[in-house]
Amino acid sequence: MSHTPAALETGTGLDNRKLLMWLFLASECLLFGSLIGAYLLYRGQSVVGPYPEDLFDIPFTSVSAFVLLMSSVTMVLALAAIQRGDQRGLRIWLLSTALLGLLFLSGQAFEFTEFNHEGLSLSSNLFGTTFFVLTGFHGAHVTVGVLILLSLLVMAWRGRLTQSQSLNIELAGLYWHFVDVVWIVIFTLIYLIQP
Amino acid sequence: MTLAESRGIKGPTEREAEAEEVKEGAHPGPLEYVKIGLILAVITAVEVGIYYIEAIEDVLVPILIVLSAIKFTLVVLWFMHLRFDSRLFSWLLAGGLMLAGILMVIVLSTLGGRLV
Repeated sequence: MSHTPAALETGTGLDNRKLLMWLFLASECLLFGSLIGAYLLYRGQSVVGPYPEDLFDIPFTSVSAFVLLMSSVTMVLALAAIQRGDQRGLRIWLLSTALLGLLFLSGQAFEFTEFNHEGLSLSSNLFGTTFFVLTGFHGAHVTVGVLILLSLLVMAWRGRLTQSQSLNIELAGLYWHFVDVVWIVIFTLIYLIQP
Repeated sequence: MTLAESRGIKGPTEREAEAEEVKEGAHPGPLEYVKIGLILAVITAVEVGIYYIEAIEDVLVPILIVLSAIKFTLVVLWFMHLRFDSRLFSWLLAGGLMLAGILMVIVLSTLGGRLV
């Protein structure tokens, strides 16, 4: 963490790994900004169906959004646990976060399958292309996040994550919360606000 | 007792421990995290609830954007600790968001898309 002696020896006085993570997240803003921009640019311009209003199931997606939001709470509780040296709490909250992430991914897989059965594919119309690319990229980020969480969980179970290594959890948490805030934006702009 | 101890001068270990205490004191505890989580859950429920109210259809978009911005802000300030961490991290995120916003505005205004 930034208050470790090693971190204070850096030019900025901050931990370089944390600084790098924030730089990475700043670049991710541009990636998702361009994907959301592409979706908005082509919204309502599909000349053939299916259209968003025929497919979107708001109650179902709301539950998915809620699940991902709650996974951010369990993630931050995992960080709080390791910072106070609570190994059992760390394992429980990491596992909860990974399971909630998997639940979100299952929901996304179900949604994609349903949309596909309704005739929407990556190449069926502009909506299909921009929607699947945007939400697919987000889903890929969630998948990477779940893999990171499971790796940390294995490390925690083997006793290789101690209180002094809480930065590992903090960095994973930053990535996870970022994925969550991207979904907050997607949920509102893509699902709830429709022309 | 050493000379430094007798004069009340703290060693590096004590200073680090003190710094740790100050840092941890600035971070919220699990209870505060849960409270923020509950607020986020309530805002999500409100978002979905007002989506179905036809009477506020005209003001639905601005309300949804404001609620979404509140959720975004709560997560980055509390869960990502920007409220407690170095300002540099906040500037980095703000820079990324600003560039993304500029990119979006240029693309939409040039190619004829709409934000909402």
